[in-house]
Amino acid sequence: MFNPDERQRPRLAVVKFASCDGCQLSILNLEEDLLALGRTLDIAYFPEASSDMRPGPYDIALVEGSITTAEDAHRILALRQQTKVLITIGACATAGGIQALRNWADVESFKRAVYPSPEYIQSLSTSTPISEHVHVDFELWGCPIDKGQLLRVITDLVVGVQPRLPADSVCLECKRRGNVCVLVAKGLPCLGPVTRTGCGAICPGMGRDCYGCFGPSEGARKGPGLPPNTTSLAGHFHSDLQLIPIEVMRRFRGINGAVSPFRAESDIWEKKP
Amino acid sequence: MHTEADSIANPYVIHPATIVRKTQEAEDINTFRLQLVDEEVRRQFRFRAGQFNMVYLFGVGEAAISIVSDPDQPELLDHTIRAVGRITKAIAGLQPGEVLGVRGPFGQGWPLEEARGRDVVIVTGGLGCAPVVGAIEYIFRRRVQYGSVKILHGVKAPHDLLYRERFDAWRRSPDTEVTLTSDQPDKSWRYHIGVVTELFELVSIDPSKTIVLMCGPEIMMRLGVPILLRRGVPEKAVYVSLERHMECGIGLCGHCQMGPYFVCKDGPVMRYDRIETWLGRTGV
Amino acid sequence: MIFPPCTRRGEFVLWRDYLLENERRFVADDIHKILPVAHLQRLLDALSAKGYRIVGPTVHDGSVVWETIRVVADLPIGWRDHQEPARYRLEQTRSSEIFGVVHGPQSLKPFAFAPRESLLQIERTKDGFATHQMAAQPEKVAVIGARACDLAGLAIQDRIFLKDAYRDPYYAVRREGLFVIAVNCTRALSTCFCASMETGPRAKAGFDLALTEVDDRLLIDVGSEAGRQVLEGISLFPASEELIGEGATSIDACARSQVRRLDRARLPQALYDVHEHPRWDDVAGRCLACTNCTMVCPTCFCHTIEETPDLSHQQTARARLWDSCFTQEHGYIHGKNIRPTIKDRYRMWLTHKLASWIDQFGMSGCVGCGRCITWCPVGIDLTEELSVLLASSNRSSVAGRPVEGR
Repeated sequence: MFNPDERQRPRLAVVKFASCDGCQLSILNLEEDLLALGRTLDIAYFPEASSDMRPGPYDIALVEGSITTAEDAHRILALRQQTKVLITIGACATAGGIQALRNWADVESFKRAVYPSPEYIQSLSTSTPISEHVHVDFELWGCPIDKGQLLRVITDLVVGVQPRLPADSVCLECKRRGNVCVLVAKGLPCLGPVTRTGCGAICPGMGRDCYGCFGPSEGARKGPGLPPNTTSLAGHFHSDLQLIPIEVMRRFRGINGAVSPFRAESDIWEKKP
Repeated sequence: MHTEADSIANPYVIHPATIVRKTQEAEDINTFRLQLVDEEVRRQFRFRAGQFNMVYLFGVGEAAISIVSDPDQPELLDHTIRAVGRITKAIAGLQPGEVLGVRGPFGQGWPLEEARGRDVVIVTGGLGCAPVVGAIEYIFRRRVQYGSVKILHGVKAPHDLLYRERFDAWRRSPDTEVTLTSDQPDKSWRYHIGVVTELFELVSIDPSKTIVLMCGPEIMMRLGVPILLRRGVPEKAVYVSLERHMECGIGLCGHCQMGPYFVCKDGPVMRYDRIETWLGRTGV
Repeated sequence: MIFPPCTRRGEFVLWRDYLLENERRFVADDIHKILPVAHLQRLLDALSAKGYRIVGPTVHDGSVVWETIRVVADLPIGWRDHQEPARYRLEQTRSSEIFGVVHGPQSLKPFAFAPRESLLQIERTKDGFATHQMAAQPEKVAVIGARACDLAGLAIQDRIFLKDAYRDPYYAVRREGLFVIAVNCTRALSTCFCASMETGPRAKAGFDLALTEVDDRLLIDVGSEAGRQVLEGISLFPASEELIGEGATSIDACARSQVRRLDRARLPQALYDVHEHPRWDDVAGRCLACTNCTMVCPTCFCHTIEETPDLSHQQTARARLWDSCFTQEHGYIHGKNIRPTIKDRYRMWLTHKLASWIDQFGMSGCVGCGRCITWCPVGIDLTEELSVLLASSNRSSVAGRPVEGR
């Protein structure tokens, strides 16, 4: 995608939409690697890190956050036009994020409940991922993203190699790390079996059940993979782990609740008595 | 905590190899001629036609690529590489003088010794004919040692036809037939129309002294071989080249399994009677 | 350490035959000795004195995991495990039993076939690149508490990594330093079926020392010269016929108490024959393709090679990681996936484990430890799947021809 011999370093922009800034913080948390990143790329636009904000065009744009306002819907179109490679970072940009829970609710009632003058709030009734608005070249999942995955993708892009990250289940990495399965040994409703790897299985490693922040393991997007078997796992949560239907629904309707395999599963359990 | 390993033979070690020539075969297909950098490694490198190397690009990874050059000249290694995946696409941009890595050779090659003195029927389909090109060239360099040679090659559309010049050159050789077919031809197509298995009816075959080498989609083998068998060709005289996901090349990583076989070490070339059961099965 | 003597391709010795042969060699030759449980620390001290790091089962996160131990109290004294499909629970019985926990999620596999192994470190040079071979630091590790099924699993991994066409140097380094103290099983879990696989519950070969816990005494069998040397200097007591008999009776009772079994009689061909059986669709509806069965399996050997370059592309590291036939990449070749569906993948796993493994290595890929049953998040039981698949009334007419002997 870029000629590695080019004297000019590729220009990077880090752009925020509706989000908590946690993924941008993951970039700042690269520590020593952040310096290497600065040597490899020309960080032209990264307001969270520097007030030196230069205009496009950009070679790489890292996009954080989902689209929740009409203004942002226009802003992402403009960014796309100025960007060679657009990468979404994190659950908000990739999947709509936790704020996509509004997609099942009445946003107007939220406004009235929260703001004394709701008429000043201009917000869309949905939170949607960047890919519903513009073409996305690569998606990084996670809430927040894994900084190792981010570095890996940039490393590949800089030398002109198509990035690729595994779409295995969290369980694969969890077992490699020697963790004890929290689902089997503690009966916790862990989403690891249907969730994409990348986090390093940190929640099960701390004795907690995975809540799916890296999204479905495969089949969330077009490609060779098929959707994970959420039906079987949800059924097990209900019949063996004794979760009532609304609890099963809530397991799947979380940070990545708006992504098709999780959304479909949560919708099924919402309708059960 | 790790240290440098001792001198035990390590099949994972990758040897640098310089690209000495790059020949474009088609828009997305190049043949890279590689020369191993280390003189000792180069001197000791031997391979058989149909074997493959794991070809490595620094910082990206390895892909299993068959060696298509002559086994009698093992100091130069030709690999025809189609840019289809992330590794092969990245390799496609390299130029002579740049360095790849090589690990190999691995696998079982074509039975070219066994074929000596016999008629050879070579059946290839689609874009997967690179592995068999090495075998054809091998035979033509030793033409008198073989009986008649019949090359049957099928493509979907005319623009899929690669190595046009080579086919023309082979066609001009004595006692050699080259038959091309396309099942989605355009007006320019002046050869046969249909799928490659239909060509089996057109060629004369002496089943008692014929050996068949086949490379292409598995459906072609599954449908095509029974036609040959009905014409009296023994199962044990048919060889097919298979393709599976490979990472180690040495039968350990598990990806290339096909029934009881590891395609990387038991294949990629396998005798039909050994593989027949597994060829038609989904998910195998 | 003794390995099954299968060396050249085509000359496999069946695991069962190997066990029988070595049963005679060790069990008949060696006089049982007794180590009082109260003196077990002396054995640990003797191992330490010989330079071994001692690893044993320790209670962790509701199960047992292999960890470095120093004293007997680090072992799961008084604990017992209860395993059933998709469920593992520990119970503290307040007894003084040391080896009451049969097993945790991992067998001996990770000690030699590491979940993540650095293979090569490669750096750019002016004429290309230079490769540095990585190798595990040779280390003497004594594992106490391995079960017969674990030994059988290790022997199968030895066969694959050390005695096939290529010898894996990374596995070899780790394997060489391994000293195994097995424990004979006197209690079966509901998920155990080693008796039907003829791999247990008695440790018959592949150990350095084997212990049978009978009340407050440990009967010791010696399985190797290294084992014999470790016992030098520890005062042991001769075992009475009565006590030896008591130990043997407990082990036999354990075998008889196993409620699961796997019918191997018609394998591998019978499983090849049911490739189109409707049961594969049924199990695909339950299977999560999460890889857990393959991760806990003592014999699964699939791995992937990972390349990790630094940002400047001057250095790159190659490592191998445990992989699984349940991932979407496992069967992927350009333009197509050989095994796109969960049905394809489960069928691949079970057919390989119980059938094609026999053609590949001359032995079954299953040792009957039952881990894949317990640690499957939805409790799929391979013994049940196999028995449904092979029930003659449901047999499919798809007949394969026998695989050529290799």
